[in-house]
Amino acid sequence: MSDEKQIVKILQGNEACVEGALLAGIRFFAGYPITPASEIAEGMARRLPKIDGKFMQMEDEIASMAAVIGASLTGLKAMTASSGPGICLKQENIGFAAIGEIPCVIVNAQRGGPSTGLPTKPSQGDVMQARWGTHGDHPMIALAPSDVNEILEITVKAVNFSEKYRTPVMLLLDEVIAHMREKVNIPSREQLEIIDRKKTNVKKDEFLPFKADEDMVPPMADFGSGYRYHVTGLVHNEKGYPTSDAEEIDKFLRRLSNKVELNKKDIVIKEEYSLDDAKIAIVAYGSVARAAQRTVKLAREKGIKVGLLKLITLWPFDDDLINQLASQVDLIVVPEMNLGQMVREVQRAAQGKSRVISYTRIDGDLINPIEILEKIEEEMSQ
Amino acid sequence: MNKERKEICLSGSGGQGLILAGIILAEAAGIYDGFEVVQTQSYGPEARGGASRSEVIISKEKIDYPKVIKSDILLALTQQSCDKYIKNVSEDGILLADSTNVLKVPSFTGKIYQHPITDDAIKVIGNQLVTNIISLGIIVQLTDIVTRDAIKKALSARMPARIKELNIKALEHGFKIGEKLKII
Repeated sequence: MSDEKQIVKILQGNEACVEGALLAGIRFFAGYPITPASEIAEGMARRLPKIDGKFMQMEDEIASMAAVIGASLTGLKAMTASSGPGICLKQENIGFAAIGEIPCVIVNAQRGGPSTGLPTKPSQGDVMQARWGTHGDHPMIALAPSDVNEILEITVKAVNFSEKYRTPVMLLLDEVIAHMREKVNIPSREQLEIIDRKKTNVKKDEFLPFKADEDMVPPMADFGSGYRYHVTGLVHNEKGYPTSDAEEIDKFLRRLSNKVELNKKDIVIKEEYSLDDAKIAIVAYGSVARAAQRTVKLAREKGIKVGLLKLITLWPFDDDLINQLASQVDLIVVPEMNLGQMVREVQRAAQGKSRVISYTRIDGDLINPIEILEKIEEEMSQ
Repeated sequence: MNKERKEICLSGSGGQGLILAGIILAEAAGIYDGFEVVQTQSYGPEARGGASRSEVIISKEKIDYPKVIKSDILLALTQQSCDKYIKNVSEDGILLADSTNVLKVPSFTGKIYQHPITDDAIKVIGNQLVTNIISLGIIVQLTDIVTRDAIKKALSARMPARIKELNIKALEHGFKIGEKLKII
């Protein structure tokens, strides 16, 4: 395909993810097939060899994650894709990527769980897994698009954030949008902002691989380019060697989290619909946000002032955004295809300034606009 | 097409090509007729058998909720899918039932069309695999949901050369059936 001009195609969400990833510069993919994410691996297997990239089908999920980490250290933009059951298996190495500050993107096309759960049905059950699946205090960026064009656009952002902040980024899809087909405008590379990791410019013998700049992110050197350094899962000093010095430990771990937490302004992406005069707000993300958009329309036809805050960035969580919303509305409704994961964050951030209620569905079907409206009407009558 | 949002549900069992039919319909509407379109699917873990459905929403405006709320058109290739999804068709909607497999048509307030589509695929076209494409031909002829030109172009673009002719023949057979089909 030519990268010269914008092309309109009917694409599946997973296919749009591949397009976005390649445009953003992903040149290495390692994975292990799983419904509903397999089409990403399929697309990568077809496309990467043609553009001098590498595709590897690995023996399992954790090995895929290891391969991605290795490829990224050599300077390639690297990605893997799986679903909940496979993401569990990658978690150990996701933690390694976080502490080693190794840029990479992990796509999670969510399906019903726990365990092998509901292979062909959608879920949003991995919101907390995305944040806390790997142990210890670590930074996490997780993005949840809600339509096929947005998947392309947000995949580019996911790759950009991973490179800019030297950290693993999780792209949270769900079965509905991963398998859904829509009309997509495929942009050219020139139309997009593409971010590449900072490279070091110091002499080889003076390179401190984990000495951060002002922006809290250390410049990188590609493995194989003559810079020799140590990457470890142990807490390390600026040279990359394990440390037990309390001051160094504290400084490192705080920087690791802060490089993401203190850059929320750059990382948080959201959209607002009809919130200006709203008395009731829906906070939704992923495919459920599309149901909520219709709910807003249906409610307004009935004269109920409902608005929608659609979260695209789920992690880091923007407390201020929710706090402000809570002081503006009387009621916040959080519909989710899980038993209430994001609603707890919303409740915490709202600090009692408005009522926050949960609406959940876990039967493998997408929440529909009418049931959200009914929940709102039920709450209003109380 | 007058309504702002048209919802089509193509249902049957796994292996009948319903998802592919949905994709072709979506491409006809989205690429060749210039509508907004969303295609989704629902199926079980089985490769063959099990309930399968493909949903297509066609609209002049940007589509928010991507799933069928009330189908305007239901294609049912099996008795099981007919019984299950008829409840979700709008009161004045259309049911097209494959009478090869759907022996008992449930009571329904909208328009009911019946034709032995699978039988035609085997006997007229000579390949059971084109049941989905004949169905598309009938639906397009009956409803003008997309233009005949658009569906033909979308089908041609999707099919590999060796089976293109067969599929075009199936589509045109569907058009012909659609011309004659009467509401029961």
